[in-house]
Order: sequence, then C-alpha cells, then structure tokens
Amino acid sequence: MRDMGNNTELVKRMRRKTLRGNLLNYVIVLGAYAILQTMVMTGNISSLLKGLLVPLCVYVIAALSLNLVVGISGELSLGHAGFMCVGAYSSAFFSNAVGTALPDILRFILAIFVGAAVAGLFGILIGIPVLRLKGDYLAIVTLAFGEIIKNLLNVLYAGIDSNGLHFSTKSAMDLGMEPTGRQIIKGALGISGTPKNSTFTVGIILILITLMVVQNLINSRAGRAIMSTRDNRIAAESIGIPVTKYKLLAFSISASLAGCAGVLYAHNLATLNTKKFDYNTSILILVFVVLGGIGNLTGSIIAAVILTALPEMLRFLNNYRMLIYAIVLIVIMLFNWAPAALDMRSRLRSRIFKNRGSGNGKEEEQNGNA
Amino acid sequence: MAMLEVNNLSISFGGLHAVDDFNLTIEKGELYGLIGPNGAGKTTVFNLLTGVYKPSEGIIRLDGVDITGKSTMDINKAGVARTFQNIRLFKDMPVLDNVKTGFHNHYKYSTLTGILRLPKYRRVENSIDERSMEILKVFELDSEADLLAGNLPYGKQRKLEIARALATEPKLLLLDEPAAGMNPNETAELMETIRFVRDRFDMTILLIEHDMKLVSGICEKLTVLNFGRMLSMGTTSDVLNDPAVIAAYLGE
Repeated sequence: MRDMGNNTELVKRMRRKTLRGNLLNYVIVLGAYAILQTMVMTGNISSLLKGLLVPLCVYVIAALSLNLVVGISGELSLGHAGFMCVGAYSSAFFSNAVGTALPDILRFILAIFVGAAVAGLFGILIGIPVLRLKGDYLAIVTLAFGEIIKNLLNVLYAGIDSNGLHFSTKSAMDLGMEPTGRQIIKGALGISGTPKNSTFTVGIILILITLMVVQNLINSRAGRAIMSTRDNRIAAESIGIPVTKYKLLAFSISASLAGCAGVLYAHNLATLNTKKFDYNTSILILVFVVLGGIGNLTGSIIAAVILTALPEMLRFLNNYRMLIYAIVLIVIMLFNWAPAALDMRSRLRSRIFKNRGSGNGKEEEQNGNA
Repeated sequence: MAMLEVNNLSISFGGLHAVDDFNLTIEKGELYGLIGPNGAGKTTVFNLLTGVYKPSEGIIRLDGVDITGKSTMDINKAGVARTFQNIRLFKDMPVLDNVKTGFHNHYKYSTLTGILRLPKYRRVENSIDERSMEILKVFELDSEADLLAGNLPYGKQRKLEIARALATEPKLLLLDEPAAGMNPNETAELMETIRFVRDRFDMTILLIEHDMKLVSGICEKLTVLNFGRMLSMGTTSDVLNDPAVIAAYLGE
C-alpha cells in the first residue's frame, strides 16, 4: 500500500497534466496570433487571408462554445447560429443606438456584454422547459429556434428618436418616429453602418477569454457536475446533483459565448443581415466540433480554422473546390475516428512519451462513444 | 430511534402490485440484508427508498425525518446513498473525479469562483482532493486515481461506486447486488470491505444480494421478499432456516 506522500504526488501529477493541456490551447492561439500578426505588420499576407482573420476568430469561438454543450454536457444543439444571430443583432443595435455618445472602446466592450447577455438570456429561456426533458428534444427545439429567430429579425424594424426606441414588425412607416429619428434595423435589409470595431487582436482576446471560461469551468465543481449528468444522469441524481440546473448552466454559458462570436461578426461588417445565420451555419459549427473531436477543445480550434480557411484557400481550383473540401472532411474524419488511425496514433504517442501511452487510444475511443 | 423506518409501503404498476404493504426497521449501525427470488421487488424497494419511484402508499422515515415522495436529489441530501445493480459510474471521468463529484453538496464554491479561479477555489479543491484520496485509499483505488473510471476492472468499478456513494456522507448506504458478477475471491474481499466500511464510517447498510454466502456471512438481519410481499424477517440464521423461505427459493 502506498503512503500519503505518493497520494499527493499523484494528485499533483493529475493537476500538472490538466494544466499542460489547458496551457497548450493558449499557446496554440497565441502562437497563431504572433505568426499572423507578424505577417500583417510586414505586409506578407494576401488580402484574402487578411479578410479571413476575424471570421476565423468568430468560428473558433462558436466551435468552442458549442463543444461545451455537445462535448461537456452531452446535449445536442442545432441552433447555435441562432444564438450568434441574437448576439450580433442586439450588439449592433446597441452600438448604433449609442453612436458616438461613448468612446469607441467602452462602447464595444459594452456591446460585447449586451450581445453575450441577450444570447445567454435566450439560452435560459429555451433551456428551462427543454432541459427538464430526457432525450434529444434540445436538438429539435434549438433547430426551430434558429429558424424562428432568423425570420423574426427579417421582419423587425427598429429606430430611435428623442422619444426613445420604436419597434415594429410591419414596415418602417409604422415606427411612427419623428423626422429627426434614426432607423437602425431595417427589416430584411438588416443593420448597416455598425462601427467596424472588430479586429484580429480583439478576436484573439475573445478566444482566450472563451478558452478560460470553458477550461476553468470544466475543471471546477460545476464542471464535474455537468460532466456527471452527461455520463450518467441517474447516478448524478443519486449523489445529489441537480441535473437540470447544471445542464441549464452549461447551455446558457454556451449560448452567451456564441453571442460573443455574433458580436465579433456584427462589428466586422458594414451590413448585417440574417442570411449568414441559417441552418447551414449551425451545422457547420457542429461539423467543427465533431471533426475536432467531441469534448476536445484543441480539436475544435484546429478544425474551425482549417475548415473555415480551406474553402477560401481553394478558390483557385474553381469547380473542384467543394470536391477537395469534401475529401478533406473525410480524411480528417478517418484520422480522428478510424480504429486503425487511433491505434497508430497511440503507438506513436507511446513511442514519444513512453509512459501510459497504450491507454490513450482506448480513452479516445471511449470519449467518441459517449 | 431507528435509522430507517418504512411503514406500509406499496406501489403498483397498472394492476401489478410490485411492492405491497412492505415494512422495515433498521437500527443505526446495522448491516441489513434484503433477499428474495428474481422479480420479488427488491430493486423496486430501493427505487422507492431513493425517490426514483413515488410510493402509492406508505411512509418512509430516515432518522425520524419523513422523506416519502421527495426527489432522488433531496433524498440523497437527507442522507441516503446507493449503488446500482448494473454499474453506473461516470465512465469518461477519472476515478478521482468520480469521488470528487460525490462531495458536490459538502464542499461548495460558486461557479464564478471556479471560472475566475479565486483563492477560495484552490483552497476548497485541495480539501476535496484530500478527502477523496482518503476514501479511495480505503478501497485501495488510490494508485489508480488518474485512470478513467470506465477503464477499471469490473471488481474495482463496484468498489468505486461504493466510494462515490460514501463521498456524499450518507447516514444510510444502499447496496444493490454488490457481489453480482464477482468470483469467490472478489466476493470474500468485498465482504471484508463492506464490514470495514460499516465500522470505519459508522454506517448503516441495507443490501440486496443473491449470493447466500455473502448474506449469511455479513448480514445481521434479513427481510425476505416474494411477489412484492414480505415473506419473512428476523435474524439471519432464523430467516434462512424458515421453511417458508426455503420453499420460496427451492420450491416445495
């Protein structure tokens, strides 16, 4: 039997392992930032890639936030684009309404909070009824939510004048504003003239904050409770965990992080409309999470970057572009999940690290089945 | 006062009286066995005691407090912990975290404290780690604390389930067929562990078991269920020699 000294040693080793994994993600993000930012500063970057930098950050944040729902809490959300949409519209509305009344930086920081809060609120509203149920209801409801919110915002008109805010779902005329009033949301035309506050640096900072929130949450009391409800709901109840509360916590945090991604997106475009926030985008984010490995944050980051950049980088292939894209998807899928590939990876790892290497392949396989 | 007092407990599924007029009294520190042929309603009794099912009649009192009809979560908070017939561990979490999750309602800090890593986070986590390792050590699982629970061998998974239940600091521990699927050596070892848990944690234990060697070896009192009704109860040797019990098990 081991003595207490070895026990604390083991706990310390586990902590170091977690810390290493967490730091790796920060290092990857900061490393990518250093390289790309150097390229921007020295002018060695194509205008295509330069234009992609902020969208890359948007999708990385979206993928990380969805991974919190799919990988950590074990639920399926098919409407994360809807939460991005809510975050984007509410923050763009805020920024336009405030205008130049506040300094740029302060206004943008507040806009991020507005977007995150409104998206989080929608997350709670949807989660309260749905997460009490057992089964795949969340997938169905979020799918519907994404479509409803898109169509609702398509017919929404809003403006501001000296009397305050005006809303209408019919037309701009129905707002009944004073002639000096400003119209901000113009129905299907969306919101134009949002200040372009999003930069690559801001995007990276938001990614780091997202990583911090998700990683620190996972390694805390709340995170263990969330994962326990994923692994075995009945057992979690039997040890006194309020299952619905923790599923709701994970879902609303995830929704509000997706809202942040929306804020970043909205403040990068001259004109914001709902077209981009459709079902396809929700599925795309889910593809990042699944291909990167469910529950694997590093994988989500890498998959989001590769799969966002790739279709743009392949433009020179013209008609063959989507064909190559599809093949890349399949190759990543095989590399991540095929038993032979898992075997090979664990063998490589054991050769490199020489300790506990053989167990890793199995662990990953089990994560996949979860 | 009795640790567990069950009066006139009944539940029906449609027309089937799964448990009918069931009575049970367990004193503090007792090691009590609940036995009976397959389908007698033993696990249903456990599910009633832990709030998985709501009884259609009857009262359950834990240490004098009425816990009838409360939720599983609240009953655990009141002091009842259980293990499952088919093991239910958090398979994709490390062994240590399975036990740490059990301490959920005893060592608290807010979610925000966890996300922002305030000083309280490290302090409380240190205490949880220490307590969890202590419990794992009792079950000789401490050297495997960093493995995923799903990768443990079967016998150790059963032990880990008991360890996790103990982490909720219960007054009453319910074990649902703890020796199922174990070989004679593992069963003998398990008997030692159960006895040790009772003495070390001053625990009251109610267990369901088919293995008569285990039952007669460690249980002080028994209740026998058959077709949802109580067939016999009393001290272990009396019950096992009761002609009605022998008839129920072996046929007449």
